[in-house]
Amino acid sequence: MEFKTAVFYFLSAILVFASLRVITARNAVVAVLHLILAFFSAGGVWALLQAEFLAIGIVLIYVGAVMVLFLFVVMMLDINIDRLREKFWSYLPLGLIVGLVMLFELGAVLSANYLGVMESDAPQVPAGVSNTKALGRLIYTDFVYPFELASVVLLVAIVAAIAITYRGRKPTKSTDPAKQIRVQAKDRVRVLQMPSEKQD
Amino acid sequence: MTLSEMNFALPDLAPAAAEIFLLTMACAILVLDVFLKDARRTVTFVLTMLTLAGSFFITFVGSSAEITYTFSNMFVDDLMGDFLKLLLYATVFVVIMYARGYMLERAPQAKGEFYTLTLFATLGMMVMISANHFLTVYLGLELLSLSLYAMVALNRDSVQATEAAMKYFVLGALASGLLLYGMSMIYGATGTLEITGVAERLQLGAANKTVLSLGLVFLVAGIAFKLGVVPFHMWIPDVYHGAPTAVTLFIGSAPKLAAFAIVIRMLVNGLIVLAQDWQQMLILLSVLSMGIGNLAAIAQTNLKRMLAYSTISHMGFMLLGLVTGVVGGDARYALNAYSSSMFYVVTYVLTSAGTFGMILLMARSGFEADQLDDFKGLNKRSPWFAGIMMMLMFSMAGVPFFVGFFAKFSVLQAVVASGQIWLAIVAVIFSLIGAFYYLRVVKLMYFDQPSDPSPIEAAFDVKVLMSANGLAVAVLGIFPQALMSLCAYTLLRSL
Repeated sequence: MEFKTAVFYFLSAILVFASLRVITARNAVVAVLHLILAFFSAGGVWALLQAEFLAIGIVLIYVGAVMVLFLFVVMMLDINIDRLREKFWSYLPLGLIVGLVMLFELGAVLSANYLGVMESDAPQVPAGVSNTKALGRLIYTDFVYPFELASVVLLVAIVAAIAITYRGRKPTKSTDPAKQIRVQAKDRVRVLQMPSEKQD
Repeated sequence: MTLSEMNFALPDLAPAAAEIFLLTMACAILVLDVFLKDARRTVTFVLTMLTLAGSFFITFVGSSAEITYTFSNMFVDDLMGDFLKLLLYATVFVVIMYARGYMLERAPQAKGEFYTLTLFATLGMMVMISANHFLTVYLGLELLSLSLYAMVALNRDSVQATEAAMKYFVLGALASGLLLYGMSMIYGATGTLEITGVAERLQLGAANKTVLSLGLVFLVAGIAFKLGVVPFHMWIPDVYHGAPTAVTLFIGSAPKLAAFAIVIRMLVNGLIVLAQDWQQMLILLSVLSMGIGNLAAIAQTNLKRMLAYSTISHMGFMLLGLVTGVVGGDARYALNAYSSSMFYVVTYVLTSAGTFGMILLMARSGFEADQLDDFKGLNKRSPWFAGIMMMLMFSMAGVPFFVGFFAKFSVLQAVVASGQIWLAIVAVIFSLIGAFYYLRVVKLMYFDQPSDPSPIEAAFDVKVLMSANGLAVAVLGIFPQALMSLCAYTLLRSL
């Protein structure tokens, strides 16, 4: 076995294990940590495929930014994992049946002539050509239209998030001296007349 | 690589001038709105309307019978696109006019956002209409959907609206996933995402048929989700019911035009070679939608829910036109069939805008006129609006001679011409069943006593617009030929 293949299997094994732990871990924080591990291994697999931009991107963006934020949120939320799982066992048989049927159908359709995946060599990249540079060039030239559209989608996401959650500025707790001076006795004390009630 | 090695020509921006204008204005309005005092939100409203009018002007002036591609063939400007965009601006214009008063009352904290989100959703629909690349179809769809999810949730203190938004978001994300999965398989089979490119590869017959069919299934499922046809319809009643009525009006009208456009772009422009395959799927979706939509609508007491099920049945009927384009490899009737579908969508948008507009018109502060019983005795309260509502209901039911009748008639004609007589019979039977619940509204308005005899009050401009909308349904019913031939002509120049 070539060294590269060995590295691929090693990374893939970690990836599969980490992904399984993400959905089986009882503790949400442990699940998130395993998700980070899964992203790292996926980045490694991409680096093996010479897609170094994607590899760096997933580590920087997903691990560095998204997952850290995720970790914060998960740590702050009080998630009762056992209550979420209450119905797990009662839904499991149905889910398993549906999943197996789908697997069988896909298999029946695909196994006929597609399981023998056509083997193709990775495109030979001449030395000195950077994948990142080529990607950047394409994004800003041929794919500039979808690139701009993606930015508009993100803008709408920001607007939407603010529109749904912003509830106006909170009143500040600082005091206004002018108001304090103008205050009168009736603003501070209110005398109420209440009928007497019998105590039981 | 040095700069000189990058032989890149600046794309021709002229065909996308309307999109660029609308995006610039939407961003400007977004920023400007922050600095406006609450009482002056009129500025936002007026600017939004001017933006729509400006886009209308730009598209109208720039429309030509030639097909132009730009942005590396990702954007197509043809007559069908221009026509649908003009209708889109008009629809959004009318929707905002109807919705304004309602949104001011119901979602006081999000006055400006309603307009900007509407503009961004409009931009998304324009992108969908002009898409010639699976990537831009997807991005346009996401831009539209994301804006709609937020608009459903704008009335955030209402539990119903929040729940509807959540459901819409989760199911919409699932549908996007299905669509993307289908697109990726088509990419795998043909090696390109450009729609005209996919069509060329398929003509050559080099693609792997199995992967292609599997991709097609996911693609059709994704489209069906967005159109809201059975069995992918579960979100429609809840979202229509839960969303603020102004947003329901928006969801129920303009996006249908864009959905029709992407069906034509992806299935007809791109995958016409596979027509035999996708027509079978669409027949199933269509018959189920007409059946379940019409039967379930009978049981509703809430008008918004009833109209939601009616949308499902109408979209099913619209699909009928699309399934009759190619008969046994013969595409002779294609143009006729697709233009009948287009005519159906256009008339449906016109009618549903009027119907939801009527619910908005009758709603007052603290009172939603969304129950069927709220329409009891409308004739005694306002004979004019009762008359308009009756025309809208007759048109939806397909009573001659309103525009809805001709829409149904032309679709049925296309079905019969393709030789699928049984399909036409099924469609007619379900339309007859459907006529019941539309006529029930008419019965409530004319033969029942009102529970609240106070006359209807509405702003003058809304009254004028509502009258124009109702009269358009009647006038187009008398002279449907002009609109029909316009649909046929734009398609002829674009396919």
